[in-house]
Amino acid sequence: MKLSREEVEHIAELARLALSDEELTLYQEQLSAILEHFERLQELDTEAIPPTATVLPLRSVMRADEPRPPLPREDILANAPAAEEGCFKVPAVLE
Amino acid sequence: MELYQLTTHEASRRLAAGEFSAVELTEAVLERILAVDNDVKAYLTLTPEEALAQARAADVGASLADARGGQPRGGQPRGLPLQGIPMAIKDVLCTEGIPTTCGSRILENFVPPYDATAVARLKAAGAILLGKTNTDEFTMGSSTENSAFFTTHNPWDLSRVPGGSSGGSAAAIAADECLGALGTDTGGSVRQPAALCGVVGLKPTYGRVSRYGLVAFASSLDQIGVLTKDVTDAALLLGVIAGHDPRDSTSMDVPVPDYTAALTGDVRGVRVGVPKEYFIEGMQPEVEAAVHAAVGQLADLGAEIVEVSLPHTDYALPVYYLIAPAEASANLARYDGVRYGLRVGGGGLIETYKATRGQGFGPEVKRRIMLGAYALSAGYYDAYYLKAQKARTLIKADFDAAFGQVDVIVAPTSPTTAFRIGEKVDDPLQMYLSDVFTLSMNLAGICGLSLPCGFDAGDLPIGLQVMGPAFGEEAVLRVAYAYEQATEWHKRRPLL
Repeated sequence: MKLSREEVEHIAELARLALSDEELTLYQEQLSAILEHFERLQELDTEAIPPTATVLPLRSVMRADEPRPPLPREDILANAPAAEEGCFKVPAVLE
Repeated sequence: MELYQLTTHEASRRLAAGEFSAVELTEAVLERILAVDNDVKAYLTLTPEEALAQARAADVGASLADARGGQPRGGQPRGLPLQGIPMAIKDVLCTEGIPTTCGSRILENFVPPYDATAVARLKAAGAILLGKTNTDEFTMGSSTENSAFFTTHNPWDLSRVPGGSSGGSAAAIAADECLGALGTDTGGSVRQPAALCGVVGLKPTYGRVSRYGLVAFASSLDQIGVLTKDVTDAALLLGVIAGHDPRDSTSMDVPVPDYTAALTGDVRGVRVGVPKEYFIEGMQPEVEAAVHAAVGQLADLGAEIVEVSLPHTDYALPVYYLIAPAEASANLARYDGVRYGLRVGGGGLIETYKATRGQGFGPEVKRRIMLGAYALSAGYYDAYYLKAQKARTLIKADFDAAFGQVDVIVAPTSPTTAFRIGEKVDDPLQMYLSDVFTLSMNLAGICGLSLPCGFDAGDLPIGLQVMGPAFGEEAVLRVAYAYEQATEWHKRRPLL
């Protein structure tokens, strides 16, 4: 499975990663080699096999909906790169 | 014997007997860290002042209880399971007020406002926290070379890796820089470094330990484990951190047994499976020989040895390296420069995301995000991600069938002993192959541990992996303890 340069650029776009030309070249080579190695997975007949997303026998775990004090707002915002008036501050989304 | 060389259970007994104080023990370990960590580099963050304050609280609790013949009003209550024991925490577990970097530039300045449940349980059990240990970035790696800060060195040979991703915790145990440590294991990250550093590393069953406060990598695979100097300590620590937590809906509400009760030393009649698929071409002959010798020893102790087959083992590597990166690409979407961590400005919001993530993540993390995003993307989802999930069903079914025949399965933990720093950094696929014997267990969600079973010609430790079915930790500990007590490997220490 050989990835094209365009495919690698497309994946970087999907993943919101700004990559340099050197990185794009390196990942094109390395991801192609990795995917080629993984091709042998296709030899397995999995037509009638259900997928496993989790090994646990749990589904839709619920707990009592009891109000509890949340973490203090200032503790949360202390880690934010930018905050203002008790909110996270981000660059303008709309012009 | 120096105080820092003690196991947790030995130190607990002697602390309770009043032979030394928690402050004396903690000071001894802190001095040991000062003496050797410039070479080993196990710790990313040290918290000596907090550790000594916690040690004083442990001592106050013990002495007041003695004076009054009861429980004290100040300090810790007496008789806690880990009272006064200095421990280390892998730097992917949140610690209130103490930086938690995940080995990444993107979280270099992140200080969590709360403790992970596993950390809170250690504290409640009286443990003293020494600091945070090195890890491959977001636990993605097998050597700690993917840490954004530095590489940890193997205490047995400083030119070699300690394994990973919990390489900091494993090296800290091997170098006597703590008495016990927490690690995490998504594809072998507790067991493989334990093998390469000659210590015990236990990965509990998926759902056995709460992951609240563990920074997520691959949520269907991640599990918190322990690294210790012997099997008894692993049983003790597991008993403290195991159990249901309403804050983690994937933690199972299953009773926590007294794991130390499994340490009987008796394996007569226990059925031990040996899977032929775990003895492969290209593995180090000394590893193969040591594991076969260990199987022979278990037979001598009265265990019944049964050849088993795990026929889909060969597919575990591609299955794991499609599922784990796919989950990682989703989990790591949260690092967007908005709520915490690094922000690199780049004009608009989307440009800020891209610049932040492009600069904040290291090469392996970006590689896995790319791989995962590709496996999940339109047109490839069925061929890669869904195919891998179906193959995962087959891998799990292999173990279900094998555990119908046997109580535990034993195998090598890693195909080789510790490799040289730099040897595999430029070839991701070779690095991935170092996890070839540990990945299947996470895919199947079962439990297991690695313990020392020999040394190669270069005096590097070899690990024996003991695997059990889901919630079969007692069988694993029983077999591991019997083997450990019949051998001397766990008593050897590196010369530092």
